[in-house]
Amino acid sequence: MTRYEAPYGRDIAVVAFAQTCHRRRSDELSEVEMLMPVLHQVLEATGLRTGDIGFTCSGSSDYLAGRAFSFTMALDGVGAWPPISESHVEMDGAWALYEAWVKLLTGQADTALVYAYGKSSPGEVRDVLTRQLDPYYAAPLWPDSVALAALQAQALIDAGEAGEPELAGVAARSRRAAAANPHAQLQGEVPRGEYHVRPLRVSDCPPVGDGAAAVILAAGERARELCGRPAWIRGMDHRIEAHALGVRDLTRSPSTRLAAERAGAFRRPVDTAELHAPFTSQEIVLRRSLDLDDRVRVNPSGGALAANPVMAAGLIRIGEAAARIHRGESDRALAHATSGPCLQQNLVAVLEGEADAR
Amino acid sequence: MPEVLRAPLVVEFPFTRSLGPVQSAFLTGLRERTVLGVRTGDGRVLVPPVEYDPVTAEELRELVEVHATGTVTTWAWNPAPRSQQPLARPFAWVLVRLDGADTALLHVLDAPGPDAVRTGMRVRVRWAAERTGAITDIACFEPYGSEPAPLPRAHNGSFPRTAAGPAAEAVTGIVAPARLDYTYAPGRAQSDHLAALAERRIVGERCPSCRKIYVPPRGACPTCGVATGEQVEVGPRGTVTTFCIVNIKAKNLDIEVPYVYAHIALDGADLALHGRIGGIPYDEVRMGLRVEPVWHDGARHPDHYRPTGEPDADYDTYKELL
Ligand SMILES: [Zn+2]
Repeated sequence: MTRYEAPYGRDIAVVAFAQTCHRRRSDELSEVEMLMPVLHQVLEATGLRTGDIGFTCSGSSDYLAGRAFSFTMALDGVGAWPPISESHVEMDGAWALYEAWVKLLTGQADTALVYAYGKSSPGEVRDVLTRQLDPYYAAPLWPDSVALAALQAQALIDAGEAGEPELAGVAARSRRAAAANPHAQLQGEVPRGEYHVRPLRVSDCPPVGDGAAAVILAAGERARELCGRPAWIRGMDHRIEAHALGVRDLTRSPSTRLAAERAGAFRRPVDTAELHAPFTSQEIVLRRSLDLDDRVRVNPSGGALAANPVMAAGLIRIGEAAARIHRGESDRALAHATSGPCLQQNLVAVLEGEADAR
Repeated sequence: MPEVLRAPLVVEFPFTRSLGPVQSAFLTGLRERTVLGVRTGDGRVLVPPVEYDPVTAEELRELVEVHATGTVTTWAWNPAPRSQQPLARPFAWVLVRLDGADTALLHVLDAPGPDAVRTGMRVRVRWAAERTGAITDIACFEPYGSEPAPLPRAHNGSFPRTAAGPAAEAVTGIVAPARLDYTYAPGRAQSDHLAALAERRIVGERCPSCRKIYVPPRGACPTCGVATGEQVEVGPRGTVTTFCIVNIKAKNLDIEVPYVYAHIALDGADLALHGRIGGIPYDEVRMGLRVEPVWHDGARHPDHYRPTGEPDADYDTYKELL
């Protein structure tokens, strides 16, 4: 492969990734206690210390565990004194990674630490997520995350694009793949279970749990120093759709499509895709929007159906895709993250490894 | 390691928001048992209506009245309603395209079971008995076999009480109560700290790297970013490093104002904690004042700190802890 021409003037790569073993509960750990080990793992993997990091960016939501300003507590785990250059998004960590990528592209930093964490166990995540909805027309009805995904799944079934057997197939394949993922919360054979909200059965839904993840980004030669085979970010984009569900065609994800086009995903085929599809029906919507066929390995990690620590699950998709490139198991991978109900907002990143760096 | 502590935590807040002219007309309309939509530049009718076109961002102001009957465009059967959802018995979530509208409204459908629901079925609004100008003025939808009604009609957004009378007062805001229930667990370091407090001991943790002792411990050294673990008993006496005088009585707090809230550097600690100062007139509290905790029977933490009677601490002994 010839040396790639950086489209934004600067090559940025994911050079390290770590995640917790995601679990249903983690009562014995505070958020920073849960997060700290993964921060230390990515620093150790690169030999960097906090003081070497040019920019730090995190993603989390105080609503999940009901702890006000929990992200400032989480900074204790970074070691933020003397003061560091730092930012936070009340979004999945994939969007924190986007901010860090932009920061590195500007040349204001050469390395970035990105992390995300979510503890769903203290609260009822289905209720908590209703608070992100339109406060006038939707939130007063408390439509929970499973209910909204079920409306999307039924629309897909009505359109003849999937049936319950296809949904079951996605669930089974994801949990089978997760058997090889030591961080996964749900692995192997998972019974289909009762209808959670029909047409979605328990097995069509992600496990509820706690977890954290961290990534280190580096620019240019710095990336090559820190990682044997950096996962170069060839493009990244995120797009959003109208917030009213009744305005959207729920069987399609035009925002994913557009983000993928802008990220350059269709220039060459990818061999791997890590899709942030918490519900089985959403993987079907995403595959179609991204033209992914059977030649692409989709969610070899098991995806969000195997572990869905809210606010970290999208960043984990980017991390999993990058880790496969680090290990030489992928040469070109697509990573996707989603936010909001029914795939409302979507981020796509395209990652590549260099052939001579295997 | 002591057992993990847990306590119920309720986060409750009224979400108070003002409305734009289109939302105001829509919610006023619901109160008056009328459903309004808004027409976009390309002639589509959006229900529920929004202030700006979701595609073009154009400002939208042309109101129309649509019908209270409509068609289900997708649905999902909810066998186990959650506490704050509109119906207490199993129901269907639905998107309903009302007759005269081009988009669908999210709501719930009261139906006997999932076999009675399908996409394309005809439904109508069941109005709430008491209406306040909120989306919940539609109690739910109910099955209703009817032919699709004709086109929307123009509407000026005001609602006369009688044919000749003055307009009813418009709804200009919403107050949406929200309540989230949690089971709070403080984690390892704070559990240890709280367990010691129950024995009237104040225990901090030392950073293995910079050797600083944090009280109360949060599990990590914010300077070094490493886990703290070594437990060190500090205090019980300490020094007021800085303070403020509270003059406004807090809701649900049985403390007379004015009172003093202070940062207190306990002897042996490298970080000041905060607490109320009592046993001394508020206007006599000063930096350097030596204090000790006052415990009440059955309490899990000191009620307040009071003067020890020792001479004030020298500024140089606590200036690094300010
Ligand atoms: Zn330290």
